[in-house]
Amino acid sequence: MHFSNLFHQFGELTVTGLAQGAIIALFALGYTLVYGVLRLINFAHSEVFTVGAFTAVIVWGGFGLNQDSPTPGLGGFVGYLLIGLVAAMAASAVTALVIELVAYRPLRRRNAPPLAFLITAIGASIAISEFVGVLTHRNNKGVPRLIKQEEVFPFLDGKVTDLQIFIVVVALVMMVGLDLFINRTRLGRGIRAVSQNPDSAALMGVNKNRVISLVFLLGGLMAGVAAIMYLLKIGNVRYDNGLYLGVEAFAAAVLGGIGNLRGALLGGIVLGLFENYVAGLFATNWHSVGAFVLLVALLMFRPTGLLGESLGRARA
Amino acid sequence: MRQGLTRALGGVAIVALAAGLAACNKSSSGGSGNAAEGKNCGYEIAYLGALTGPSANLGVNIEQGAELAVEQYNKKNGANCIVIKKFDSQGSADVAPGLARQLVADKKILGVVGLPFSGESQAANPILNDAQIPNITPSATNPVLSTKGWKYFHRAVANDSAQGPAAGAYIKNVLKAEKAFVVDDQSAYGAGLADQVKATLGSAVVDSDKVGGEGKQTDFSATVTKVVASGATALFYGGYYQNAGVFRKQLTAAGWKGVLVAGDGVNDKGYIEAAGKDAAEGTILTCPCAPASKAKGSFVTDYKTRWKVDAGTYSDVAYDAANIFLEGISKGNTTPEKLNDYLKSVNYTGVANTYKFTDTGELDPTQIVVWAFKVNNGEVVPDQAAPKA
Repeated sequence: MHFSNLFHQFGELTVTGLAQGAIIALFALGYTLVYGVLRLINFAHSEVFTVGAFTAVIVWGGFGLNQDSPTPGLGGFVGYLLIGLVAAMAASAVTALVIELVAYRPLRRRNAPPLAFLITAIGASIAISEFVGVLTHRNNKGVPRLIKQEEVFPFLDGKVTDLQIFIVVVALVMMVGLDLFINRTRLGRGIRAVSQNPDSAALMGVNKNRVISLVFLLGGLMAGVAAIMYLLKIGNVRYDNGLYLGVEAFAAAVLGGIGNLRGALLGGIVLGLFENYVAGLFATNWHSVGAFVLLVALLMFRPTGLLGESLGRARA
Repeated sequence: MRQGLTRALGGVAIVALAAGLAACNKSSSGGSGNAAEGKNCGYEIAYLGALTGPSANLGVNIEQGAELAVEQYNKKNGANCIVIKKFDSQGSADVAPGLARQLVADKKILGVVGLPFSGESQAANPILNDAQIPNITPSATNPVLSTKGWKYFHRAVANDSAQGPAAGAYIKNVLKAEKAFVVDDQSAYGAGLADQVKATLGSAVVDSDKVGGEGKQTDFSATVTKVVASGATALFYGGYYQNAGVFRKQLTAAGWKGVLVAGDGVNDKGYIEAAGKDAAEGTILTCPCAPASKAKGSFVTDYKTRWKVDAGTYSDVAYDAANIFLEGISKGNTTPEKLNDYLKSVNYTGVANTYKFTDTGELDPTQIVVWAFKVNNGEVVPDQAAPKA
């Protein structure tokens, strides 16, 4: 136990944990959206993230950027960031839709048991990640440095960098946008209707399959944004990064209350912070132990997660 | 959990494939028997180690060195005189034992070059030992391996009780770091080496941390925080090249300007590819080997001609290890038992070193070399022979 470590590095651990938590939260949205509507754990969502991340790196490469090229100015940063975002979001959304069309929709049409969905999810996940692994020779792919990561203001013992602020702000904006979309728009009402009662919704004229596709699309878009934030923060991507981060994102979704959008954000940030504190208190190899003990302990007392409501609950 | 499942499925697939290949080979060579043209021909040696997987580069360096030796031998002694069989462990301790069982079932195999990594060696060597197949590892450096009573185990390089103290001495005497930080990836190799470095540095180690191995962790922010806060000017990383690169990149991004020192597991260009040229610049990499580029004879050019890449870490040692087996076979030691006896008394001068083995299979202490390499302009270049411990 290194209490002095935790105290003396509390600020820095908090800031880096928040940034990592924001990325996990964006990633977790895909799990929670699909679960809210289909009661299905979409394990292949981790590959939605991986494909988005690699696509962005490849597109940047097409513009002549690699990890050794110099950091562009503000204009370059915004331009390349938008290009990367569009590429990653498009690739992730397409991947999510393809997974739904190939791995899930045919099963749904035949009324397959839930276990069959779980197996096709794992199958799709392994197939895609191994495919990416073979294509990339299982090597790390370096990410161009779009931003220098300079200190903006000090915080306790540590510092807050421009990149960390950027990641947290982007995550919040995406969350608020998604929340408004689900709660205020006609399409969002369709999603809530299907998630409350698919049969009644269908009787009321909601196109169930279209709603399901929309949910996968939204999850993919969020994973694309998460992928870009991840690339900027970590600086490398490898075929199996999505798998490990996906487990954490799924845990965050459950922690916050699966099927609950705001819960995913809260769960992601709690997980990111807690992992860092445990790493500071013990050693980094304990961070997963701490995080998952927290998950088990919390679910014992609040089986539905922190915020525990579902996507379809009627809005006040 | 899911990684475990992936590995298990992959392992099953590979075992099945290897079984299929072994069956094919048996039927073809058993039928004709044309391989044994020259004297002492018609035998096999094997490479058991990573050809794919997260640390594949290190394994490929070794396999290509060994294969080159066999090809050159066959040019003199007839085509297919000795065949090299390859078993791809992916560097995984889960996969290697199954392959070792496949390997020992092939009765033509007289000796094994491998296994390259310490973790997989611990898992697979008992099987090779029970089957009495002599093996020479050109790179697994955990000291524990020679203490298990394996009579058929040999190590063609110094172990980490030479490399660890040398790395520690480099940090202390050459870098003159008063504060050092030690991190390992919890692998048999990484943790063992890091412990040796800690023992050498003593009170200069201000703090240490343990991180996840290849692919298991990519966000090192908590460890980076500790390193920066500790005020260390040198950091030793015990582990393999991919994560070392990811880690170094994040250290640099967080503004840490100290020197990263790492062992032979990071001594590969894959490290620079992961870290980026700027972050990797100035990194010190040790190796219980001399630079492959300084190997004697025409090895360096032969290797480049054959494989279109420069010889990597341990390519030269693997070439020598294969040649030790080949020389033994050419002298009529055509059973695993005889070949193992031959290794007991061998005194072979190869391109990288002169090889004699102790009773426990270690390289004779007088032959130990440890070198420090430096990353300079995006290339790993020899720096200086590190002080012996």
